[in-house]
Amino acid sequence: IMASSYGAKEEDGHHPGSAGLGGAAIRTKKPDNTAFKQQRLPAWQPILTAGTVLPAFFIIGLIFIPIGIGLYVTSNNIKEFELDYTGTDMSSPCFNCSQSWNSTNTCKCELFFSLDQPFESNVFMYYGLSNFYQNHRRYVKSRDDSQLNGDERSLKEPSKECEPYRTNENKPIAPCGAIANSMFNDTLDLFYIDPNGKKRPISLTKKGIAWWTDKHVKFRNPGGSNSNLTTVFKDTAKPVNWHKPVYELDVDIENNGFINEDFIVWMRTAALPTFRKLYRIIQKNNDMTPTLPRGNYSLAVTYNYPVRSFEGRKRMILSTISWMGGKNPFLGIAYITVGSICFFLGVVLLFIHHKYGNRNNSSDIAS
Amino acid sequence: MTWTNPLTLLRHGWTRHWNPDRPVRTVVSNLPFEDLKKREQPNRRYEGNAIRTNKYRLWSFIPMNLFEQFHRMANIYFVGLAILNFVPVVNAFQPEVALIPICIILALTAVKDGWEDFRRYQTDQQLNNTPCFIFSRKQMCFVERRWKDVRVGDFVRVLSNEIIPADILLLHTSDPNGVCHMETANLDGETSLKQRKVVPGFSSLGEPFQPQTFDSTVVCENPNNNLNLFKGYVERPDKRRTGFGIDSLLLRGCMVRNTDDAAGIVVYAGHETKSMLNNSGPRYKRSKIERKMNTDVLFCVVLLFFMCLIGALGHAIWLETFSSMPSYIVPDSNGNYTPSVLAGFYMFFTMIILLQVMIPVSLYVSIELVKMGQIFFITQDVELYDEELDRRVQCRALNITEDLGQIQYVFSDKTGTLTENKMVFRRCSVMGTEYCHEENVVVPDRKLILEVDRQMASIQTGPYLDFFLALAICNTVLVSSVTAQRQRVRVNVADLAGAERVGDVLRVKGRRSSSYSGGSFHNMRQWFRKCGLGKVFTSMKFFKRGGETLADPFSIDEDDGLSGSEEVCYEAHSPDEAALIHAAKAYGFTMMERTPHYVTVKLPDEALLKFEVLDILTFDSTRRRMSIIVRHPHTKEIIMYTKGADSAIMERLGNVFSDCCSKIKCVEQWCGWKAVCFSLKVISEQEFRAWSAVRQEALSAIEEKEERLMETANFIESSFTLLGATGIEDRLQESVPETIQALRRAGMQVWVLTGDKPETAINIAYSCKLLEHEDLVFTFSTNRKVLQCQLTNASFRGYSSAFTGPLMEPSIGLVIDGPTLSMAMSDELVEQFVELCKHCRAVLCCRVTPLQKSAVVKLIRQKLRVMTLAVGDGANDVNMIQAADVGIGVSGQEGMQAVMASDFAITRFKHLQRLLLVHGHWCYSRLANMVIYFFYKNVAYVNLLFWYQFFCGFSATAMIDYWLMIFFNLFFTSAPPIMFGIMEKEVSDSTLLSLPELYKRGQHSEGYRRSTFWIAILDAFYQSLVCFFIPYWTYNGSDIGIFAFGTPMNTVSLFTIILHLAIEIKSWTAVHWVIMIGSVLVYFIVTLAYSAICISCNPPSDPYWIMHKQMADPMFYLVCILTTVVALLPR
Repeated sequence: IMASSYGAKEEDGHHPGSAGLGGAAIRTKKPDNTAFKQQRLPAWQPILTAGTVLPAFFIIGLIFIPIGIGLYVTSNNIKEFELDYTGTDMSSPCFNCSQSWNSTNTCKCELFFSLDQPFESNVFMYYGLSNFYQNHRRYVKSRDDSQLNGDERSLKEPSKECEPYRTNENKPIAPCGAIANSMFNDTLDLFYIDPNGKKRPISLTKKGIAWWTDKHVKFRNPGGSNSNLTTVFKDTAKPVNWHKPVYELDVDIENNGFINEDFIVWMRTAALPTFRKLYRIIQKNNDMTPTLPRGNYSLAVTYNYPVRSFEGRKRMILSTISWMGGKNPFLGIAYITVGSICFFLGVVLLFIHHKYGNRNNSSDIAS
Repeated sequence: MTWTNPLTLLRHGWTRHWNPDRPVRTVVSNLPFEDLKKREQPNRRYEGNAIRTNKYRLWSFIPMNLFEQFHRMANIYFVGLAILNFVPVVNAFQPEVALIPICIILALTAVKDGWEDFRRYQTDQQLNNTPCFIFSRKQMCFVERRWKDVRVGDFVRVLSNEIIPADILLLHTSDPNGVCHMETANLDGETSLKQRKVVPGFSSLGEPFQPQTFDSTVVCENPNNNLNLFKGYVERPDKRRTGFGIDSLLLRGCMVRNTDDAAGIVVYAGHETKSMLNNSGPRYKRSKIERKMNTDVLFCVVLLFFMCLIGALGHAIWLETFSSMPSYIVPDSNGNYTPSVLAGFYMFFTMIILLQVMIPVSLYVSIELVKMGQIFFITQDVELYDEELDRRVQCRALNITEDLGQIQYVFSDKTGTLTENKMVFRRCSVMGTEYCHEENVVVPDRKLILEVDRQMASIQTGPYLDFFLALAICNTVLVSSVTAQRQRVRVNVADLAGAERVGDVLRVKGRRSSSYSGGSFHNMRQWFRKCGLGKVFTSMKFFKRGGETLADPFSIDEDDGLSGSEEVCYEAHSPDEAALIHAAKAYGFTMMERTPHYVTVKLPDEALLKFEVLDILTFDSTRRRMSIIVRHPHTKEIIMYTKGADSAIMERLGNVFSDCCSKIKCVEQWCGWKAVCFSLKVISEQEFRAWSAVRQEALSAIEEKEERLMETANFIESSFTLLGATGIEDRLQESVPETIQALRRAGMQVWVLTGDKPETAINIAYSCKLLEHEDLVFTFSTNRKVLQCQLTNASFRGYSSAFTGPLMEPSIGLVIDGPTLSMAMSDELVEQFVELCKHCRAVLCCRVTPLQKSAVVKLIRQKLRVMTLAVGDGANDVNMIQAADVGIGVSGQEGMQAVMASDFAITRFKHLQRLLLVHGHWCYSRLANMVIYFFYKNVAYVNLLFWYQFFCGFSATAMIDYWLMIFFNLFFTSAPPIMFGIMEKEVSDSTLLSLPELYKRGQHSEGYRRSTFWIAILDAFYQSLVCFFIPYWTYNGSDIGIFAFGTPMNTVSLFTIILHLAIEIKSWTAVHWVIMIGSVLVYFIVTLAYSAICISCNPPSDPYWIMHKQMADPMFYLVCILTTVVALLPR
């Protein structure tokens, strides 16, 4: 059937150079002699020879090694400090908090640490969790994006995906779902301890930690930006694990409700079970002094977030940032390695080619 | 169509309900009931003549097509998966989205099916609207109607050269003898005319036919598909019954010939006609790759199963590690946690959904598309186009293109396939003198003409005259006048095309005959070529000579060609008969007319001799001769002219002219040609009368009729006087030896299976280089005992020569004839026979029946497990063509039967070389590479998801957006492999033709092996590891979100997959560049657009701005570059 179809197609088509005798045109079935139909399109046929492969190896090597070195150096220049405050050790100041956790009364603990090197430029303060599977399939699903986008209907009638964190005491939960429910709610405060032993609080900026698009487009409070959040969220319940309702996350109206940046950051679920999330930014205040000079610091933790059930760890991370993000020597090393391997292979192949290539060529011709 | 519409079945059932299984069908004339409503018509229960071969109707298309498509296992699998998405416990992200791929696949296939069906519908319509003549009582004459209006019980008149619209019981013809000739070429490919007789008692000579007086009832059997069997009777009102058989039935689709008009009553119409019942659709063959591929799909399923199992176990174990449930494990809606074992069990199904892409959903559709493209290019090949026949290669089977690249055994017919099957009269020997002729046209030999003239002038009788008379009348050739020929041209071509709808002749449609109006015969010849009717060629060849060859002294006065009404055209059964009669004509002995009782011959001196035909002993394959017994008009002697194969005549000669010289010449020199001997015998009046009585008795005998007829024939055909012998050459087609050599070099074994005698076959075999002169040729044509010894012996020798090394080995040729072959294929010898054949360079089977041909093919195919190809041109090759893996029909002289049964149809044998070596090789390597690539692609991609499971607690999370995942397979990475499958050119065609050895790669399936498959899978594993872990280590411990993590992976795997293909592609044309770069661009454009538009449209992935964010990050590019390089470095 197919074959006849092609024939028919030809009949419908135009056939040059087939005028018949007696004035009437007789169309022939002769196929068009075009390069495409005869599969004679001009073609570039790359042939892998020593002449093309060897330079490719060298070029890859020569490009990759400098990139790798650059990356490695950049990564090394990034200063990073990590502090585990889970409190699993008896010796840890937070041990008590981690053992006797309940949702009603808050537990506070304080950790001391010192920085060997000053942190220049802006410092990013992260909290890190490990063994926390924010990427679990059902956990990832358990949210309602249209509710978070300010949709009034979803506010009253959250998506089914939020089950079982959808309603509480017949009121819809805002924000609904397991992600919101499990939001990280430790409070971290940083103090610089003067050489003379005086604690000075370091000002932490909480704005600008979320993606701009998230804050301004994806997340929106219901009822417009200027409405009274308390009335908007009047008929909703707070997530069960939360201490306070969503409209009390912050006093700043620009950072309250669904557009609270801590909340937005939490809602962007992490890809891997060990992750960090941006908590605060320590702005560089003037050019003369480093943002965080060398010295002793203390971290005051309001310990709310339990991690014992999954043997998780909680960390506070201070890091400066470069164009390549946080400190990660892997990419630099990988580039250097791959570049070196390529270069090495290139050399080896060049050697082989020089030693045996001529003989091979001659034998090819002979055979 | 073999496929039966359920609705039709339903209708059938319903009809049967009304018409309880009666063994016979009763038909009465419709005329008395013409004014009645349809419900009261007596024949209302029989089907009308309108046909419908399209499967679907407009309203039933969607459900029926879906029903059809779900016959395919793969489709059910995918729909099953899509449904699995809706089961709540598996926690699919978006069940609706999962339906998209399968819907797209189904829709694509549906569009393709619908289009094909629409074409069928169009042809049907055309056919149904062909005009025909039906008798109307109101107007008391035949009125023009359409085919679809014909009903059972109608009276239909068919004019000469018209196509018969339905199965008609012949009641009247214009022929005084009550016969009607019918050409069945459309039905069975036989170009000979079949004679049909009016039902006894209805042949009212000379009177016009009056259907209104027909008051009998026709009783016949129910519709069946046997073309040669039909029986029934006509019952008159006075209960008189007249029987009739198949020789009174005009079959639908045939053409009336040599009869001005014929009329009869319709007994079967539409789908119940014999031709429609015989009409089976194209076969569905599964190619070798496809069979292999299906097992690989099963491997993938197993792999998938294991991966899911790992996921399920992993999940259960992972859950077990928690003493109390952490906050990120979401309980069900009642707040309960699923027990870990059950959760693991559910996880298994969730994993299936996540990893389902492992089984390439688009593979089957892509393969179909690729094959369509390959077929397009094959049919477009200008090298395979035949200028002379205006025909290109036809691909009738759609799905075995790549099998062309894997052929190991070629079985060829001889006549018409290796040779032209255009018989040329080359030589004759009369009275021991030999006269040679030119190769192409019969230019009479001057000496011979002189001899003839001398005899003509002197005695009016003599061996020369007798020889040519025998040439002229001893045949079954029918004469048709030029007027009849010309009428044929005026036949509405649409009808012609319609009736032959299944055939190639379909192409004629639309070329209306308007151009022809008695102009030059050249024009007309063009015309006939279009019609593609084998027989016409013979007549036309003659025609041409009549018009052109002025050297022919007897046709000078007919020089003005077509205007002369005396020009004759011959319609011969076989090309050799045509060759002989044309030779006779060239010498002035023109057969002018043949009726059942007389033969008229024009002598060179313009005198007409009208012989009375007393009897004709027709040709059969056992006697291998035919005789005609005539009474000479002047001498009143009874003369028997006999023509036959040399051996058949020689053994029965009297001793008058049997001088050894002619004998030797016949047998030895002409054995390459078909030698036909002519002989004569004068029979005395008494002898003939005595014999005639016996003959009559034999004719009327019921038991052992055949044997007794044979006996009588043998009795009278003895002690001939040899008149002379003729040599007819069947020339080899051009470049046959080269083609065979090339196929040989390509590692194919070429066998020739012919019905011809061994001598001719061997001669052809030598001339086409199948056998070389230094070859060791075994000829087997002996009885059983000896054969066994021979086989053993030969096998032994074959072995020993194989062991002594190639230098010592004489190449062995094996010639075996039909009876011996059937012995060799008997159970106890078959193993040895096959073993022997394996060692033979060439095998030649002579005198084999069509059934044996197919048996040989099947034997080799099954015993040696090889790919076989059969090529043939005639109806006798149909069995073989159907038995082989790939059947090729040569559209030649012997009708369309072979072409109809074939998978590919070519016009010349030499095209086989290009078809196999170039297109076969290309199709094979393209498809093999594409299939492998498809598996690789899907495995590589799926594994990315799988590795991620180790980092998400085996919870079947996808880090890539669901839509992008679907698009990835459907759009971003589907076009390049399809293009690769259609257009890849590993080696150029000139290289392939000059180095046929390259073909061996396909023969040993080197392009697609299990190892290739596993290497591809391992490669896919490696690449997916690289594509996963480089981004993983880069982003480990950072604040990256799930989908931001997935984006570089998706991009990286796209690059890897596309570049992987780029490495595979051996020749880059503009199309390649456009598609490759286009695919990457489409990916970026779609992804960017998608993540710009979709704010909360696809929970939970919310791709909003992720891609932009990523593309603004230099790390993204660094990761992409590094990963792609590392992934592809091993290549």
